[in-house]
Amino acid sequence: METNGEGALGLLGDPSRRAIFELLARHPCSVQELTDLLPISRPAVSQHLKVLKDGGLVVSRAEGTRRIYQLRPDGVTALRTWLDGVWQDALTGFQKQAEASTPGLEPDPNDHLNDEPEER
Amino acid sequence: MNDVAPLPPITGSVSLAVPVEHAFAVFTGDINTWWPHQFHIGAADIAEVILEPRVGGRWYERGVDDSECDWGRVLVWEPPHRIVFTWQINGTWQYDPDPTKASEIEARFRSDGDHQSIVDVEHRLFERLDGGDAIRGAINGGGGWALLLEGYATSVKDHA
Repeated sequence: METNGEGALGLLGDPSRRAIFELLARHPCSVQELTDLLPISRPAVSQHLKVLKDGGLVVSRAEGTRRIYQLRPDGVTALRTWLDGVWQDALTGFQKQAEASTPGLEPDPNDHLNDEPEER
Repeated sequence: MNDVAPLPPITGSVSLAVPVEHAFAVFTGDINTWWPHQFHIGAADIAEVILEPRVGGRWYERGVDDSECDWGRVLVWEPPHRIVFTWQINGTWQYDPDPTKASEIEARFRSDGDHQSIVDVEHRLFERLDGGDAIRGAINGGGGWALLLEGYATSVKDHA
């Protein structure tokens, strides 16, 4: 998959960061809400939010004593970045699935006698 | 006169050790088996991804709670060589039913020998999606998309 620069991979290549990003795509959250939903510590959540914020994908606002994070309103930037990662994973998955299911390569259930070891 | 700066398409290509007919069949009919389920728009986790195999067919996710969330529509259906379908989730992460505000995905399938095929995918026309005002401003203000992404990369390196 071609990307224009390493930005997309750098920002959303980390699984935790991608998870945070996708939670925020559903609705704005506080750090505590994200921490409750994810198997990582609150400081780790904060650090990932900082990276997403510095990368321009996420903004925050104060709400009482809490800080609420949400995806940046110019969401097409965020959406395209997200989709770049989606397509990379999707095409890899497509290739595996297509080759695993090709009719000519599926084992013949009546052909056990001629089984050969996979590696010689 | 079009004053909207185009956003670059996302492109990808895969070579497959399968005939082109099989590649097309898996890409369209088996999309649920290869589309990564962690990527979704609906509030609920994905139970199934469905692409209806005809012009005008829906492309959508069905959640584990049976809710459905539209992603787009099939525009061109030419098995086994070409399919064009839309992505109509906009910058506010909502489905936009207006077809003039749809981004497009084109997948082309070609033979590369008897049992080999190549699939080229292009996801384009992001500038049609609502919610891109700020990015347009950034592009018009100089530097363009590539610079913006370089900025992302730099900030990630600086703060990682």
